Amino acid sequence: MISIANLTKTYASGLQALKRVDLDIRKGEIFALLGPNGAGKTTLISIVCGIVTPSTGEVRVDGHDILREYRATRSRIGLVPQELHTDMFETVWSTVAFSRGLFGCAPNAAHLEKVLRDLSLWDRRHHKIMTLSGGMKRRVLIAKALSHEPQVLFLDEPTAGVDVELRRDMWGLVRKLRESGVTIILTTHYIDEAEEMADRIGVINKGELIMVEEKAKLMKKLGKKQLTVHLVEPLARLPEALGEWNLALKNDGSDLEYNFNEKDEHTGIPELLRRLGDLGLEFKDLETRESSLEDIFVSLVSERA
Amino acid sequence: MNRHGVLAIYRFEMARFRRTFWQSLVTPVITTSLYFVVFGAAIGSRMREVDGVPYGAFIVPGLIMLSIFTESLNNASFGIYLPKFTGTIYELLSAPVSALETVLAYVGAAATKSMLLGLVILATSALFVPIQILHPAWMIAFLVLTSATFCLFGFMIGIWATGFEQLQFIPMLVITPLTFLGGAFYSIDMLPPAWRTVSLFNPVVYLISGFRWSFYGTSDVSVELSLAMTLGFFAACLVGVSWIFRTGYRLKS
Repeated sequence: MISIANLTKTYASGLQALKRVDLDIRKGEIFALLGPNGAGKTTLISIVCGIVTPSTGEVRVDGHDILREYRATRSRIGLVPQELHTDMFETVWSTVAFSRGLFGCAPNAAHLEKVLRDLSLWDRRHHKIMTLSGGMKRRVLIAKALSHEPQVLFLDEPTAGVDVELRRDMWGLVRKLRESGVTIILTTHYIDEAEEMADRIGVINKGELIMVEEKAKLMKKLGKKQLTVHLVEPLARLPEALGEWNLALKNDGSDLEYNFNEKDEHTGIPELLRRLGDLGLEFKDLETRESSLEDIFVSLVSERA
Repeated sequence: MNRHGVLAIYRFEMARFRRTFWQSLVTPVITTSLYFVVFGAAIGSRMREVDGVPYGAFIVPGLIMLSIFTESLNNASFGIYLPKFTGTIYELLSAPVSALETVLAYVGAAATKSMLLGLVILATSALFVPIQILHPAWMIAFLVLTSATFCLFGFMIGIWATGFEQLQFIPMLVITPLTFLGGAFYSIDMLPPAWRTVSLFNPVVYLISGFRWSFYGTSDVSVELSLAMTLGFFAACLVGVSWIFRTGYRLKS
């Protein structure tokens, strides 16, 4: 559905936001683009949507070039931006109707009603946007993006700063859209969101697309967790009897760190705790932490180095 | 052509006008009335006629032009600056709308508002002084051309501006003084020869002169020259706007 070849973007400031990105997104899939702030996610999306001009490379949407055939590509795309950019003085209905017209579609009240009902906005269609909560404004942006029945939907950090209920609603909506054949590309910081939603995941860092994988395969790599055992008495060195767990002694010997994969059937944690007891090593607390995206990037980048 | 897109932008802009309807129309009506009180009644009673036209009636084309200049610049510059300011410009840039269609919609809406305003001022003026329009077709032509030109200029200001101060800079510090010195309230023939020559370097002189000719058949410069200058400004603004869209200046990074 989307074919990106050798795409680079260097801003006037000299910042190279994208470095020779190649990516193919399949029709009807949910593709999650993961990356830290400044990785190039929004630049990539903005180029496909026509907001940012590429420096080099080619992007095609459904076979159409985004520069030469921009009408064909843009009319197929809906974009939900990261920031809550809305016309505060407009009503929900008028802003959604405006978006539909802007994207070249004839008025269709029935479609707009369906979109607003799906997003629980129907009762507020006559409300001015300025009177809505942040979550509702986010829904309005989604409604605007869906108003012209796009075949491709970009969701740029759709759940940043939204409550749990809205997050769940959005995931449900995205699934429904996928079932109707819409290709969805979402950027996110949240690994669990990518895990919940995506068919495939791309990882981007410092303008480079460092990995594109099927979700199941990638999540196995991303699913690492860390257990920290806070000992009552610090250790000078690791006992040999704990050698099989590949532990690290941290914080002047006060903490034991153990990295494990939560997807594995046997994490080795119960055995480790039993062994600590056998060795008479008392602990005052246990703490588990999921690998942060940053940890994962460091690992992915170092793997490639 | 994205007909629905052009209409959507046009209607959106006109809706913004309707929201501030009273402010948009009542303010110029009051201002025009005040001009008539000051210039027409107080000063005009001592000046009687200019080029055979009663002073009160003489200043009507200048007053209309003054409002057209200001309102066209303000409407068009705000129209495009606000989406930039609020961030909603992302939607316009990602829409299947060409540069020409975007300009047509924004400038069309801004020019519509300006012309409505011009007609309201004309109607208000008719309450104070007897008005004669010798060449109505030319009057409309000058009105449309001038509105469109200044809306294009305002559009460029809106793109260029990075803050509200810059948005006001050119209308307040350049256009208003040029209008006051461009024969809005007098004929430049009334000036000493040296100042008359200096005035001929003021482009606004040609716009007001041509417009006034369409009312009373008298002008400071020939109507052909006025028309040529007006068309020249229009073409220059068109070139400027097309350059902005070709390069993405302050629109796209």
